[in-house]
Amino acid sequence: MDKSPNWRETFVTAIVKTCGYSAVVFVILIFFFLLRQGLPALFEVKLGDLFTTRWYPIENHFGILPLLTGSLVVTVGAMLIAIPFGIGTAVFLAEIAPRWMREILKPLVELLGGIPSVVLGFLGILLLSPFLRVFLNLPTGLTALAGALLLGAIAIPTTVSIAEDALDSVPQGYREGALALGATKWQTIWRVTLPAARSGVLTALMLGVGRTIGETMAVMMVTGNAPVMAIKLTSILSPVRTMTATIAAEMGEVANGSTHYHVLFLIGLILFLISLAVNITASSVIFKSRKRAERVLS
Amino acid sequence: MAAIKIIVQNLSLQYSDGTESLRDINLDIPANNITVLFGPAGGGKSSLLRCLNRLNDLTEVQTITGKILLDGENILDPKTDVIALRRRVGMVFARPVVLPMSIRQNLTYGLELAGEKHKSKLEEAVERSLKLAALWEEVKDRLEEAAVALSGGQQQRLCLARVLANQPEVILLDEPTSGLDPISTGKVEAALQELKKNYTIILVPHSVQQAARTADFAAFFLQGELVEAAEGKEIFTHPKEKRTEDYVEGRFG
Ligand SMILES: Nc1ncnc2c1ncn2[C@@H]1O[C@H](COP(=O)(O)OP(=O)(O)OP(=O)(O)O)[C@@H](O)[C@H]1O
Ligand SMILES: [Mg+2]
Repeated sequence: MDKSPNWRETFVTAIVKTCGYSAVVFVILIFFFLLRQGLPALFEVKLGDLFTTRWYPIENHFGILPLLTGSLVVTVGAMLIAIPFGIGTAVFLAEIAPRWMREILKPLVELLGGIPSVVLGFLGILLLSPFLRVFLNLPTGLTALAGALLLGAIAIPTTVSIAEDALDSVPQGYREGALALGATKWQTIWRVTLPAARSGVLTALMLGVGRTIGETMAVMMVTGNAPVMAIKLTSILSPVRTMTATIAAEMGEVANGSTHYHVLFLIGLILFLISLAVNITASSVIFKSRKRAERVLS
Repeated sequence: MAAIKIIVQNLSLQYSDGTESLRDINLDIPANNITVLFGPAGGGKSSLLRCLNRLNDLTEVQTITGKILLDGENILDPKTDVIALRRRVGMVFARPVVLPMSIRQNLTYGLELAGEKHKSKLEEAVERSLKLAALWEEVKDRLEEAAVALSGGQQQRLCLARVLANQPEVILLDEPTSGLDPISTGKVEAALQELKKNYTIILVPHSVQQAARTADFAAFFLQGELVEAAEGKEIFTHPKEKRTEDYVEGRFG
């Protein structure tokens, strides 16, 4: 009789363990699949040819540098937009806005995060890029800038929502302590509240960045998709093509097992490694500051 | 009779949820003494302290009437420079809130906010305030460490030192020893006895015993009302009011 709870324990533990391990197993499986499909590219295309500036698969030119730089320009641009706006909005919501306003604005921001990126891409094509073309007097509005603006807008809700939670959970005592010393509201936010919420704010930024690196649809729709090198400052105003957009656009029409096919997988592998690196950096930073936070709360 | 530093006149305070936490308070607070505000929970002691440095500006206060005169000036006047006021009237809270910085930065932060840049002045303030708060010996070799790594008792004395570094005129302490062991409590109380020579101290104690130990003057608060205010020796031995007597002798609360 008294054995049955024990048996149940074992059973539940086994299920939970399976779930936990399977997540790890899936990541490893995906990684090996990418390796198997992507690595052959390194034998079929010479390394020197891979790192050239000409992407023209039909004539067997597989230079991935334009795609790398394209992704870089769009992502960095998006971060330059999302980080200040995201933190600014979070600070406004958590520290400045009166409660009723915050209770309206925060769900709205989160709703914005739920809009499918295709829909945003649509708005990008119909409104943003014509506006950029006329306003900046460009030959086309489908540029890296349009992609960066759109990606920024996609990353902001995630960033705001998590950063606001982090700021909100800073004990009121910190603010009162600083104010009682004669700090102004801004000095308190800058020197006390934000540093105290550092780990949460960093998490917010990293997740925002993660969304911009992986985002495909919206960028494909508005960046113009021209595989040209984006290394000049003016590149931000010309069309570019990102790694994600290249895979999405070309995967459907390549012959299974061809060199082109393998190179696309190699690009996927590179993307995978980049987001792995971002995640590892993020969690190590967060881990370090969490230990500090735990001491504060003990 | 000592000079009067703060005069509270007909002060009433109502929070926006309707709680009336102070009702027509009149109280004179003498300079260079320890004035103790005591009484059961919810009596309005913290509310009064938070009026004295306008920290109540943060909370949702519905109405506040009456006057608080600090050296003759009404600090409840909307024209008061709140930042300057908070430098003159420092506050130590019940739970030590060290700021997320090093020990040294915790101490120099207030002065830097006030525009002090001279390294030697900051250096001197660090040492002087730590000595006053009886913490210097324990931390002098680890000033660059994160302040959160200190023990609870050390953190509370650091908070006191941080306030002292600002060289205020008045120090408000809201149950500063409620989380401390008897030895740390003893250190804080001894520091206060030393400090009252140069500062006006207003203390909300965490027990009647502490009130009786430390008070030069004492005021008994009950449900938003000031029942009785007198010299410490008086109020704890021959209280005039029955309600004070009951509380002091532990019959309610
Ligand atoms: N921010 C606030 N909003 C609404 N009501 C409050 C607020 N702060 C305090 N009160 C109310 O005001 C009354 C007085 O509270 P106060 O904190 O001043 O009491 P206290 O004497 O310090 O009590 P304790 O010994 O428990 O610290 C209480 O009824 C309390 O519920
Ligand atoms: Mg209180």
